[in-house]
Parts: sequence; structure tokens; C-alpha cells
Amino acid sequence: MSEVTMTVNGRKVSGQCEDRTLLVHFLRDNLGLTGTHVGCDTSQCGACVVHVDGKAVKSCTMLAAQASGSDVVTIEGLAAEGDLTPVQAAFKEHHGLQCGFCTPGMIMAATDMINRYGAGNLDEKTVRAELEGNICRCTGYHNIVKAILAASDDMAKGAAAA
Amino acid sequence: MYNTTYHRASSADDAAKLAGSASEAKFVAGGQTLIPAMKTRLAAPENLIDLRHAGMSGISLDGDMLTIGATTTHAEVAGSDTVRKACPGLASLASHIGDPHVRHMGTIGGSISNNDPAADYPSAMLALGATIVTNQREIAADDFFTGLFETALEDGELVTAIKVPACAASGYAKFPNPASRYAMTGVFVARGSNGVRVAVTGAGSDGVFRWTEAEQALSSSFSADAVSGLKADASGLMSDIHASADYRANLVAVMTARAVRAIA
Repeated sequence: MSEVTMTVNGRKVSGQCEDRTLLVHFLRDNLGLTGTHVGCDTSQCGACVVHVDGKAVKSCTMLAAQASGSDVVTIEGLAAEGDLTPVQAAFKEHHGLQCGFCTPGMIMAATDMINRYGAGNLDEKTVRAELEGNICRCTGYHNIVKAILAASDDMAKGAAAA
Repeated sequence: MYNTTYHRASSADDAAKLAGSASEAKFVAGGQTLIPAMKTRLAAPENLIDLRHAGMSGISLDGDMLTIGATTTHAEVAGSDTVRKACPGLASLASHIGDPHVRHMGTIGGSISNNDPAADYPSAMLALGATIVTNQREIAADDFFTGLFETALEDGELVTAIKVPACAASGYAKFPNPASRYAMTGVFVARGSNGVRVAVTGAGSDGVFRWTEAEQALSSSFSADAVSGLKADASGLMSDIHASADYRANLVAVMTARAVRAIA
């Protein structure tokens, strides 16, 4: 067993878990943060993407023990209670989902993508290439791509106005 | 996943010490290959020694020698201005490994130590004439990759850094498997002080190899046309459900031409 301590969505948490416990299971089972999903469990689908120390990673492919000491953000931690981030709002506005299973991972990947490229610096080709690690079986990706581009542009406008 | 005991190493020496005192130990860096292998029980190390906090990450250029720490991630190599300038083919290769989330975790040292026959990095190491630095010695890339998932590393020996001579004329082209995105054939071409070197991954039944016929043709004329008439020998190539050896032999020639074009 390991004693694992990390900051999750701004809150310091600790818990006991087996050394083999995956980060996604620690988040879901120990902390009750079930917004992060387990889709394929084979590192392909990206439904489990969270941010660890500011970078998007697949939480099904990292041990909780490896993440001990890190700063973790999950889908629950992006926006304040009752609010939506520009990326979440754009997924709603552009209907970037159908069943919604992949959506938490898509939003975390999209947020990371916009952080890395800078708001307003994305084009369709880049977004499609950057979504290589996130699989959606419903939408055919069109509205997801539209939502990410819209969020990126909205955030650029917001930054210019501020 | 079978249970395991996790250890966090604070330095390369600490990691070697931990490995020496623990039974059935494996080093884990980014874990993007090892953890999936443990989940499917293809690997079941009793002890896992985490190298991510061992201070072996970072990129530096000293004269013409690029040094990349073993736990430097693919995203860091791909995004480094230093690597892009000194060795553009290497930065380009790193930017196409896996997907963005995998590139945030996966490391150069992990990739070459695992020596998956479909991994990208081994081709760059061989073509660039890299030196693999371990906690015990330095090994030329020519002597490092010894077979499928096999390297010259001894028990308890770990890669600490990679040294690569700067090579402005370097390029990589791969044909990814449409489903897994692993290289069905990837070719790294480098034209530097050692002449022209061409290394092929994803195709050889014994792992990464140099394609000497293409090296000779490109030495007399460095252009995609120079290799257009060549065909790789299919006898040493893999045949599996994804592609026959003949198909891969054709891919080797096509990817070599594309890598040359990426340079020009």
C-alpha cells in the first residue's frame, strides 16, 4: 500500500491505495470524482484525460503513486460551481457531443490544446491532428472540432477585450 | 494488473541501488508502454522504480553535441527550439509519436531502452550515430540495439542521457498503422559528418537496421530520385496481419524518398 498525497482541483488530498492503483481509479473510487471516465482502459481513447502539473495525460496509464506530489485538475475542477469555462460553453453551444461519454476527456484535451497553442491560434487541421488521442464513437468529430475552434476564438476575443 | 511495489528514485545512482536490492525490478519513466503491458499482464515486475524524479531530464547543446536527458518527454523534444535547430528530423519524429497525452509522459530513454521494433526513436539514434549514456558507460547506437525488445543494457544498468551530433540535414517519414498508429515502416535519413545514414524501424524482423544500398545511392546523389529505383530486400522484413514483407519492402523505399524530401 502507498500513502498518496496530491492536490486535486486546488484541494490537498491524501489516501491509501495499492501501489498498482491507476490514477483514474484513485480519482473515481477514493475521491468520488467520477467525471473522469474509463473508456478503453488500453491508453487509446482519451476518456480519462486529466491535467497533471499542467499537462494533459491519460489517467488510465499512470499510477496514483506516480502522481503523488503532483497538481491534478479533473473535469470537475475546470469551472467554478454552476459555471462553465469557454470550452465547456462552446461544446454546449455547438453540440459537441451526443452520448457524452468521451466529453470530459475531449474538454480536458481541448483545454490543454488551447493552452499550448494560445487562444486564437488553432485551425481545423491542427485541431483534428491534436485529437488523435481522443476517440468519439458518436459525432464524427465535426461539432467537436467546431466547438474547440469557437472556444479558441472566443478566448482570444476575451483576452483582447480584457 | 498484478500487484507491484512502487519506489521513487531520487537520482540515477539511487535507481541503480534500488534495482540492485529489489527482486524482479523494472524501471519506469513515462510508463506509456510498461503500464499498458502490466495491465494486460504481459509484464509483472515485483518492484517498479520510478525515474521521473531522478533528475535526468533536460536538453542542452554544447558545440555540435546535443545532449538529451533520458526522462525528457517526447513533447519536450518536439517543442524544443534547440532540437529543432540542431536536429530538425529528431524534433519532427518526436512530434509524431503516439498522441499529445502520450507525448506528455513518454520519454526518449524509455523508448530506446524498450526497443520496440515499431518504435520511432531507435531509427533516429542509429541514423544520427548517437551515443547512449548509461550509469556505467557510453554505448554507440550501432552496438546498442541488439534485437526485438533487446538492447546492450545489462541488469541494473539504465540509460541516463543520449548524445546526438547536431545534424541540420535530418528527416523522418513514417507510414503509421491506420489503427494503432505505430510505425509500419519509419525511415530516418541523416546527412552529416559521418556521411549519409539511413535507418529503418517498424519493418525489420530483427528490429531497427541500416539500409546500406540507399546510403550509397544517396552519397553519390542526395535526392529522392536517387532512391526511386531501389527496392529493399524483403527477406529480412516482417510479415504479419498488417503487411507482408514485400509490402514493407516497398514502404521502406517510399518512406526513404519522403524523408529525403523532408530535408530538401
